[in-house]
Amino acid sequence: MRDMELIEGHRAITPPEGMPVWDVDPFDTAVLSDPDAYYAGLRHRGPVVYIPRWSVLALGQYETTKAVFSDHENFVSSRGVGLNDFRVGDPWRPPSIILEVDPPDHTRTRRVMSRALSPKVVKTMAGMFAEAAEQLVDELVARGRIEAVEDLAERFPITVFPRVVGMRDVDQRILVDYGACVFNSMGPDNALRRAATARAKEIAPWIMAACARERLTEDGIGAMIYADADAGEIGQDEAPLLVRSLLSAGVDTTVTGIGNALYCFAANPGEWDRLRAEPKLVRPAIEEVLRYTSPVHTFGRTAGRDCEIAGYPVEEGTKILCVLGAANLDPDKWGDPDTFRIDRRPMGHMGFGAGIHGCVGQNIARGEMEAVLTALARKVARIEFDGDAPWRPNNAIHALDKLPLKLIPA
Amino acid sequence: MPKVTYIEHDGTETTLEAASGDSVMETAIAGGVDGIVAECGGSMMCATCHCYVDDAWIERTGTRSEGEDDMLESAVCEVKPTSRLSCQIAMTPELDGLVVHLPEEQV
Repeated sequence: MRDMELIEGHRAITPPEGMPVWDVDPFDTAVLSDPDAYYAGLRHRGPVVYIPRWSVLALGQYETTKAVFSDHENFVSSRGVGLNDFRVGDPWRPPSIILEVDPPDHTRTRRVMSRALSPKVVKTMAGMFAEAAEQLVDELVARGRIEAVEDLAERFPITVFPRVVGMRDVDQRILVDYGACVFNSMGPDNALRRAATARAKEIAPWIMAACARERLTEDGIGAMIYADADAGEIGQDEAPLLVRSLLSAGVDTTVTGIGNALYCFAANPGEWDRLRAEPKLVRPAIEEVLRYTSPVHTFGRTAGRDCEIAGYPVEEGTKILCVLGAANLDPDKWGDPDTFRIDRRPMGHMGFGAGIHGCVGQNIARGEMEAVLTALARKVARIEFDGDAPWRPNNAIHALDKLPLKLIPA
Repeated sequence: MPKVTYIEHDGTETTLEAASGDSVMETAIAGGVDGIVAECGGSMMCATCHCYVDDAWIERTGTRSEGEDDMLESAVCEVKPTSRLSCQIAMTPELDGLVVHLPEEQV
């Protein structure tokens, strides 16, 4: 092990014979800001492509991406879902005990989290979500012109999510930034990741402190997790790490989902009219937003043993980028992937991942998006762009940096 | 390819051929069976692919997977001893002819 060549904290590999090779940097800011050509190039080159820049494999065709992403036996998460292989180097923070872990350890923590985030639990939050959305939308409609990322996409989750978790400490900037740091850290050692690591050093102590039992109320999801620790389902030392996972994965992601939804409807006014005419389409509309914009665009896996992808041999220790954004726009799967249609019902999209690591917070994410879109659909006749809406490069998240909008009241 | 029959709450019967290894849920979605929603796509994070395994098949479909009981608690219709999440039943040649009944509602 000592002599092996490392690149980005994982073992450099020799690509299997005949595998397409593509000299591209998937984490270049220009690519991250406007990834469609990269997605198409990846799909076009084949089911699996070797990328020498980071010595990784990348997948963009739907079938292969889905198969590898769901195959937790061959493609493990415990060695990190970014470029660093935790087996050959230390991660930047103690690993997540639900994301960066395999069965059987994963089964235990996943169970605690999926119970705490089940549809039954989320149903009890619907009233609170609806009320908060109503209030915020009223305020924003009265204002007319908004910067929707900060004023709406960030503010809504920051209003409701800490309440759901039962947090006594709330800081919009820190909570949103922490998620961005976690996701940027999944990329290579580029400027984005370095900035994230520096910021993480400042805010990680705040986050860990906020996860402590005494900083949580007794009626939130955080308390449910601590109760499971009392019941012996997880260790006492594991509870704060699971609460931390709620904060890493439950804020920035939802912020992105809401922002991306507003972008889709501003860009497709006909679909907004349709949603207003048929409010029941809100659930499928959410799925279509996630398919069309892939808030999490890339997650990695590591080959846990020698295996195969699409007939090519893959050696143990190989890092594999699963490009969810490319899979969600694969014409072989979706027919007309570049059309945003709220009644598409894109079953099997990769917006929440797939398999045993599929997003455990997806019910809350849907609940939050539903509340916001429902309130908007009732009160806003048209959503119009009010200036440029640039994307914000992030090594794993596809989010808007700014979204100036005009809300035309109904 | 093994066949599976879905009997919806209103009595509509649909028989589909399952690709090997596909779940009862995936087969239903591919075949356009309305009585299964499967919002989470098979990550066992919702309970919208709830089905009742026909009594004649209950032995062969095996037991619920770990965590499936917890998630079934979120199902909107009554949970019976034969209740399963159809995403957790993989179609194998041994299940050829499987019959499942679908609840009145999933969401």
